[in-house]
Amino acid sequence: MKQKLRRSMLFVPGSNTGMVCNAFIYQPDTVMFDLEDSVALSEKDSARMMVFHALHHFTYQNIETAVRVNPLNSPFGLQDLEAVICAGADIIRLPKTDTMDDVLEMEQEIAHIENRIGREKKTLLLAAIESALGVVNAVDIARCSKRMMGIALGAEDFVRDLRTQRTKEGTELSAARNQILLAARAAKIGAFDSVFSDVKDKEGFVHEAQYIKGLGFDGKSLINPNQIPWLHKVFEPSQKEIDWAIEVCEAAKDAKEKGLGVISLDGKMVDAPVVLRAEWILDLARASGVLGEEQ
Amino acid sequence: MNTLHVDIQPAHAGTLESSDAFVRVMPNDRAGVEIELESSVAEIYGDAIEASVLQTVLAMNVDRVKVMIQDKGALDFVIKARVQTALLRALGVSEPDWSTL
Amino acid sequence: MKDIEKYVNPKALTPSNASFFRYEEKSKGEERRAKLCLSIEEAIYRSGLKDGMTISFHHAFRGGDLLLNNVMNVIAKMGFKDLTLASSSLASVHDPLIEHIQNGVVTQIYTSGLRSKLGEAISKGLMQKPVQIHSHGGRVHLLQSGELHIDVAFLGVPVSDEFGNANGYSGRSKCGSLGYAMMDAHYADYVVVLSESLEAYPNVPASLHQDQVDAIVVVDEVGDPSKIGAGETRMTTNPKELLLASHTAKVIEHSGLFKEGFSIQTGTGGASLATTVFLSERMEEKGIHASFGLGGITGTMVYMLKRGLIKTLLDVQSFDEFAAKSIGENKNHIEISANEYANPSSKGASIKQLDIVVLSALEVDVAFNVNVITGSKGLLRGASGGHSDTAAEAKLSIIVAPLTRGRIPTVTQRVNTVVTPGATVDVLVTDQGIAVNPKNVELKERLKKAGLHVVDIHTLYERAIALCGEPAQIAYTDKIVAVIRYRDGSIIDVVRQLA
Repeated sequence: MKQKLRRSMLFVPGSNTGMVCNAFIYQPDTVMFDLEDSVALSEKDSARMMVFHALHHFTYQNIETAVRVNPLNSPFGLQDLEAVICAGADIIRLPKTDTMDDVLEMEQEIAHIENRIGREKKTLLLAAIESALGVVNAVDIARCSKRMMGIALGAEDFVRDLRTQRTKEGTELSAARNQILLAARAAKIGAFDSVFSDVKDKEGFVHEAQYIKGLGFDGKSLINPNQIPWLHKVFEPSQKEIDWAIEVCEAAKDAKEKGLGVISLDGKMVDAPVVLRAEWILDLARASGVLGEEQ
Repeated sequence: MNTLHVDIQPAHAGTLESSDAFVRVMPNDRAGVEIELESSVAEIYGDAIEASVLQTVLAMNVDRVKVMIQDKGALDFVIKARVQTALLRALGVSEPDWSTL
Repeated sequence: MKDIEKYVNPKALTPSNASFFRYEEKSKGEERRAKLCLSIEEAIYRSGLKDGMTISFHHAFRGGDLLLNNVMNVIAKMGFKDLTLASSSLASVHDPLIEHIQNGVVTQIYTSGLRSKLGEAISKGLMQKPVQIHSHGGRVHLLQSGELHIDVAFLGVPVSDEFGNANGYSGRSKCGSLGYAMMDAHYADYVVVLSESLEAYPNVPASLHQDQVDAIVVVDEVGDPSKIGAGETRMTTNPKELLLASHTAKVIEHSGLFKEGFSIQTGTGGASLATTVFLSERMEEKGIHASFGLGGITGTMVYMLKRGLIKTLLDVQSFDEFAAKSIGENKNHIEISANEYANPSSKGASIKQLDIVVLSALEVDVAFNVNVITGSKGLLRGASGGHSDTAAEAKLSIIVAPLTRGRIPTVTQRVNTVVTPGATVDVLVTDQGIAVNPKNVELKERLKKAGLHVVDIHTLYERAIALCGEPAQIAYTDKIVAVIRYRDGSIIDVVRQLA
């Protein structure tokens, strides 16, 4: 199956009307509306209503949408779910996922709402892991539901739970990052890194993005649209990678046209996962604007 | 939601930031929906905004209401969201039927 | 002597003042300071100003200009009526003109721009005669053709000497280039220089010259230095502006003109400034240098000059204090007149050598016509500037604007007012797609090949309407409140009074 690019997930507070109206123009791979921590208690209902309408709006039909809802054990969680599933959100981001049960409970509620309103397309789940307990349970969390499309690290709460703080080097996150990445890959789902809060520090951001890309993460959550081009640049494939990918894809196309079961390039056999990898690089190249549309 | 709501409390929603609208709703003596609009784009969108607000209020079956809008160039869906939030607050409804909104 | 008369007018053979023959009294110190006036009144009195005449000002101090209002107050107090005011442009600081118009002191205006309450009042029918809106190049054309004849020019400068040698790049209220004032000094019958300070003679190099200046008044202040700078001087952090700038830089990079020795003009504002920053990065990466930067010059352009990315700056108007200072400090930062900059009938206007211009817009329509003078409500609130001049002459004219501003669509079916005809525009860059003028087939192919999001301008229009809704028509009366003069003097559009 073809993999969707999810380099950038842009956080958009549901209470920030200007951002809600404009986020799509920055073309993140996923827009993540937030109803949780960025929204004051007194504005939970108005933010929910705003996100409900934004999800219906034509500007968000051709972009993947996720919503970070409030926890189900809060007075807002269920209403959030009702509203955004009715409005057609692609992904629900679970905050503060500690155990498999958190996911299963959410899945049950989602299925219930989908059944009731007759929604056919299954809403996907992205679990944010923000505690030591969650990291320890990451493998179970990642594997427990078919709706799970990825797990993400929520670093701010996590470092507090570890009784430390964030540093530029990110040593305090290394165990969590590795565990989350392994759990995600074992479950064949996505792995997403935490936000980088200093929006003015391009150098620090790029450094961190290169590091997590090197580890194997698919992408990162972002809090400012200005970080999108920086991140996409980090994920931009090199000309050498692109040339290789074009060769592989042409060989695959050639084999298909000739009805050959085996793809070969320069006399060597090419496996299906290699073709997938090549297609993914070309997708990246197109999304990065370094490959014209017709190529 | 078929019955007409006439028993509402004063309520408001929204902000006065640019691209947003601040909406106040309050009970009115007269039957119908009274709309008072102040908009930074009144010359070119005033009529469209009033029509949209009226439709939103009628769809929620609210009567004897005055709706005051201070619009700072909000898109139509933003105004709709603000009016609906204000009305739900005025009605004391915290679990609306989302399929009708 | 008869032999000489064949070649020379015989009257020239006798020295007129006969100083050949007798010892003359030499001019004394006082006479050497004869141009100095004690007050603005004295200068006006000496100028011989009469009712019905034309007076002029320059706009290099922009929003920080204090001079025009001061001089107009004096003129009003002295009882003059029915004057034509020809300021190279007008800013929001000039709202007090409303009173002078109401009192009949000013009955006709020539300007590049009108804004704020003055623009609003004129849109609502303040004046009997329509305002003549011209471009920066078009103003020189009007002066040259004689339609616009300046009787008395009042030219504010930060520094002059007692003989009238003045410049804008030193002193307190630095405005930098005096490119527009140079034209008034050249064409006006009587030239008054109003200076904040007096330097010893000769104050050279001078921008306004001793042989052009009739009178000099020393005034307390000509400008407010904190308001002279136009727009941003620091890199913007506004995401939408950065997005527009990044798209614009990519359009330039892939236009086919981005090569060694290219030339460029940009405007003020966050997006424009960021465009030059992004472009600088690409120039450094690729080892490309620009031959010249033109027009209104910003600190960013000066930075590029200093880093050797641009060889020469041709500056008709300095947009910030960095640019204003640099004219005096960098030998490759050259002050040019409006005639050298953009006059279509000049023997040589630099825009005819220009490759790329980056311009803004209030509205662009599906035929690529651009409005930079009236807002969405039909009010006069902008300036023609060098827009139509540069669009017409640059090899590539790029219009940069957000698709919508709040709930106001920028791309429309038909602009409220045409300032720059669509035929002279090559490409429109918005935050939601790039539209290439269909006539420029090659550019469209280049940009598409580079992977840029190229769309039809009608698609942009439909998207803007989908976002904002179809705007209601603005109601006008039949009365014309402003005439938009194209750069060659022809009438390209009119603005009518709001109903």
